[in-house]
Amino acid sequence: MANRHSNIAEQMAVGKALAHDSAKMHVCGNAPYIDDINEPSGIVHLAPGLSPKAKGKITRIDLDAVRDAPGVLRVLTAADIPGKNECGPSFGGDPILADGEVLFHGQVIFAVVAETRDQARRAARLGRIEISEIRPAVTVEDGLKEGGEVLPKYEFNRGDLQDAMANAPLTMDSSIVIGGQEHFYLEGQISMAIPGESGEIKVFCSTQHPSEVQHLVAGMLDQPEAKVICECRRMGGGFGGKESQAAQWACLAALASRVTGRPAKMRLDRDDDMVATGKRHDFTADWKAGYDEKGVIEAVDVNFYGRCGYSPDLSLGVNDRTMFHADNSYYYPAVRIHSKRVKTDTVSNTAFRGFGGPQGMVFSERLMDEIAIKLNEDPLTIRKRNFYRRGRDVTPYGMVVKDNILKALVSELERTSDYQNRRRQIAEFNSKNKWLKKGISLNPVKFGIAFTLKFLNQAGALVHVYADGSIQVNHGGTEMGQGLYMKVAQVVAEEFGVDISKVRITATTTDKVPNTTPTAASSGSDLNGMAAQRAAQKIRGRMAQLAATLYQGDAKKVRFSNGKVYVGNHEIEFGSLAKQCFHERIQLSATGFYATPNITWERESVTGNPFLYFAYGASCSEVTIDCLTGEMKIDRVDILHDCGSSLNPAIDIGQIEGGFVQGAGWLTTEELVYDDEGRLRTHAPSTYKIPTATDVPEDFKVELWASKGNRQPTIYRSKAVGEPPVMLANSVFSAIYHAIASINPGKLPELDAPATPETILRSVERMADG
Amino acid sequence: MSRNHLTFLRNGQIVQLESVRPNETLLDYLRLREGSKGTKEGCNEGDCGACTVAIGRLKDGELIYEPVNSCIQLLGQIDGKDVVTVDDLASDGELHPVQQAMVDFHGSQCGFCTPGIVMSLFTLYHAGIDADRSAINDWLSGNLCRCTGYRPIADSALAVVDGEAKDALANRKAATRKALKSISSDKDLFLGDKERFFAAPASIKQLAKLYRTHSDATILSGGTDVGLWITKQLRDLPKIIHTGRAKDFAQIKKVSGALKIGAGATYSDAYDALAAIDPDIGEVLRRLGSRQVRASGTIGGNIANGSPIGDMPPLLIALDSQLELLMGKKSRSLPLEEFFLDYGKQDRAAGELVSAITVPKLKRNQHFRAYKISKRYDQDITSVLGAFRFTISKSKIADARIAYGGMAATPKRGRAVEEALIGIEPANEEDVVAAVNRLADDFQPIADMRASAEYRLKVAENILKKSLLEIAAGSADASRIENPRRLAKVD
Repeated sequence: MANRHSNIAEQMAVGKALAHDSAKMHVCGNAPYIDDINEPSGIVHLAPGLSPKAKGKITRIDLDAVRDAPGVLRVLTAADIPGKNECGPSFGGDPILADGEVLFHGQVIFAVVAETRDQARRAARLGRIEISEIRPAVTVEDGLKEGGEVLPKYEFNRGDLQDAMANAPLTMDSSIVIGGQEHFYLEGQISMAIPGESGEIKVFCSTQHPSEVQHLVAGMLDQPEAKVICECRRMGGGFGGKESQAAQWACLAALASRVTGRPAKMRLDRDDDMVATGKRHDFTADWKAGYDEKGVIEAVDVNFYGRCGYSPDLSLGVNDRTMFHADNSYYYPAVRIHSKRVKTDTVSNTAFRGFGGPQGMVFSERLMDEIAIKLNEDPLTIRKRNFYRRGRDVTPYGMVVKDNILKALVSELERTSDYQNRRRQIAEFNSKNKWLKKGISLNPVKFGIAFTLKFLNQAGALVHVYADGSIQVNHGGTEMGQGLYMKVAQVVAEEFGVDISKVRITATTTDKVPNTTPTAASSGSDLNGMAAQRAAQKIRGRMAQLAATLYQGDAKKVRFSNGKVYVGNHEIEFGSLAKQCFHERIQLSATGFYATPNITWERESVTGNPFLYFAYGASCSEVTIDCLTGEMKIDRVDILHDCGSSLNPAIDIGQIEGGFVQGAGWLTTEELVYDDEGRLRTHAPSTYKIPTATDVPEDFKVELWASKGNRQPTIYRSKAVGEPPVMLANSVFSAIYHAIASINPGKLPELDAPATPETILRSVERMADG
Repeated sequence: MSRNHLTFLRNGQIVQLESVRPNETLLDYLRLREGSKGTKEGCNEGDCGACTVAIGRLKDGELIYEPVNSCIQLLGQIDGKDVVTVDDLASDGELHPVQQAMVDFHGSQCGFCTPGIVMSLFTLYHAGIDADRSAINDWLSGNLCRCTGYRPIADSALAVVDGEAKDALANRKAATRKALKSISSDKDLFLGDKERFFAAPASIKQLAKLYRTHSDATILSGGTDVGLWITKQLRDLPKIIHTGRAKDFAQIKKVSGALKIGAGATYSDAYDALAAIDPDIGEVLRRLGSRQVRASGTIGGNIANGSPIGDMPPLLIALDSQLELLMGKKSRSLPLEEFFLDYGKQDRAAGELVSAITVPKLKRNQHFRAYKISKRYDQDITSVLGAFRFTISKSKIADARIAYGGMAATPKRGRAVEEALIGIEPANEEDVVAAVNRLADDFQPIADMRASAEYRLKVAENILKKSLLEIAAGSADASRIENPRRLAKVD
């Protein structure tokens, strides 16, 4: 059976806490990333020439000094592109090289091709670009004023909102500004292109979406897709930043390779990478809410204004997902969720772990916190009262929440984190301390799993069994550190009943599995695990048939376990059976394909189910703030998260911890600062501060929910885990909010994200002002 | 006669290089010349730690390993050192204990930061301490990991770092020590010609002489700033004079009632002596950069580069330190605050070296406080740093030295507020607030990506107020999230 309940005791590989497939190579430094691959002889290197202005017509490009610089072979501009000057996903509008006008500060106007990377970088600074500058729209506010939108507005509506709001016993208005986030993958963007015969080209690219890179490179070269191969063995981090943003550098490397006839590599310097690639969308949200004396929501009317930058990129899905998660875990009887996709003259914002969901949930959590403060209630009580439950289980987009485990999960965490006692102790601490204040918060997460763009929910895999019994697996998913390769290998090992060491994992490449979708939306193992299992099952079925024939058994009863194949009382080594299959001319290679069932979402009519299921979790954080400086420390974190029946608990816990810390960084120290001219001022780790080890509390407990398995027939009843944990960090942001609120009970603090020391101190000062 | 080749150790072997470009980084050497691809480039500015390697040297005869960011370490700086990279740790298929722990505790995900983390933990493993979580955090503060959230990395370290190093490098310690001695030399190092060179004189005398001859040269004293001129600004620095081989340039001496710190002393080398003056100084130093930065960066470099946001100048100004400069054989001294004339402008003549700083210790009736404010607690550049020394007589402030970084174009004293503080009692909140409000007369800070002007002024006021609250209370417990004074048992 494809979708049996998992039973770890009987399993060989699935459910085991196995180390990352490359762990030993990682620690030795011999896991090759693209820059570590031995360079083919004659390789050339690229560096980008970036726009010094945010917006305007290019009136003059003088590249003479660039061309004359030592080592320079070519300088590429838009005119050199034989095919389409386009590196954007779906909607397009993202030029590989600026053509006639610039759309944001840091846009690539030209690219230098030189003998060495150092020469290319030096030459790239010698370009003289004149631009008739137009004042750019930089912020959401600027964008709203200008009125530009990269995509049409979108809205969810239910009930008679006006009526519900008018009849609600209590109402409130509020708003928040939510900052963006830089991915800060440790390995920057990189591609290496190697020319082949008659127009073929192979591109090694650090990308979450090799197929899209293949298609865009082909389009740029005006060649059929069949002539382009894109390969990625591993990324040094992705987080969404290499979903659509990797293609531009692949296109440029391919173009350099085409015009010089030599292999070409483009590796961005960190600063260029941060300036020229998109980030998490920053948002402004404002809302009006109606609720009763118990804090139960009756009506919600919320507007989300997402800063998309100059082009649509992935903003449709991102902003939709903000809307899909504006409810988080709470039932809104009458509701209007409105989303405006604001155009600004800044880099096009893109996918980032959570894909808009985190911003939606920051709203829902603030809403709960504000109601609790207004009513002088425990915020957790207010949250619970608004939880989805029977009879109150339809989301604003019409999907019924059927797999809700939050009530039990939150109660469990409330107990194990000792929430109630600590809340009391904190109240006492705050009553005795003037300069230091503490806050605690326990927040739930409900995150929808599936691509909301239906066609993306498909995957392919290719499995070979060789005649010696060794197994090779390939699939459309990419490895960015999340452990996908290992999880899929575990699934395949399980199918053949062999030790994990027998399964060889190979690089993702478009010539093995074509037409793949991005490794994104947390769906890597859901999709590729299932596709690989199906491929393995085909081969297994053929092997079982032969074994049954050889030993006069029933093919259905042939068992694969412990590296052996059992037919009745006979047993045969897996490798021996493979060899016999070869001699009997039985195919030992198969493809597998999976398309997620039950995704019925129709965006136009706002009907159907966008998700296959929900992933749940909750976290409880305690913080201390310094009311004189605004400094903050996370004292303790407890997390309980639902992975269904985990394919690999070690990898899943790693995703939860890492996601939480990344989310906490987003909401606290990670601040993107743009100036009035649209220049990003925080374009290196010296100015953009992701968490360090000290920012993570020593008291940090993460547990997996003792699940009976996903109710949906996913791969071994597991649940996706890549993105949901990011939103567990909401408890940190809420805890800071409550620490500030304690200064002046009953008054609502004003606190935007990220809660930097400056933001916290400003909020503290306003509380003291009366 | 000077030496015209670079000599260092790799894997127990002596390596000699004659061709060294003055601006060549250690990372480029490792990846592009040696072909060792284990060490990664993450940011190319010494902030992420992916390029961390361990540098072994003899300190007071003992072999120590310190982490450095190879991306901003110039190749010439490793003369006479043992260079250990992630490629070197596993032997005969057996992982180093630190590597094995990182595998066992699932300490890598994408793996790109991992080589640097392994090397930082390797230096911790050799540091001779039984590391707790805060020591581990400190050792990791210069290594960014975007995947794991650090917990499994910290657990790896907790499991294997117990103060005793049992690895191949520990086994060959005697041989390494011997090899390092054999390549140590009292000769000046001069690589290149008089138009383009990397020079590393072996004494102050030669240092001063060479700089006087080549006053257009760049003084490299650690390179944690100069490295970025090369890797980020792509500046061509044809003449580099490295101070790190002049042993008498890095001495830390006790003189009557004061410390005399040679300009070439690294932050790490000066830590104990400075932290002994007051635990707040220790905590600022601990938060300055990272282990990697502190192993390379120097006290003199932090002063000489004249940055308004360097952490040492306000501390040293508040302590009434005297700066020494050397031009050829001629030396002079001046109060440190007088050295900083304006943004990018210091009282230093062409060819003149910052040579030493004399730091008075605190007298019995003197109280010191320092607060570093930054967006992130560890490894962040300061938004505002306030350093205050109060002399208290009969429970009243008799003298105050109030110095700030990040509040003006230079590190600067607040003369108006100093004056206003004289005669008031720290316990008198009303007087304190009135005096503190005078800060606006002294400082009109700017806004940048680190902080707004309003925040800078507000937090500058608040930390001064806080210092007096603490002195009045006799404890900092009620006003500090992290209280280094409690650990040091100093109120």
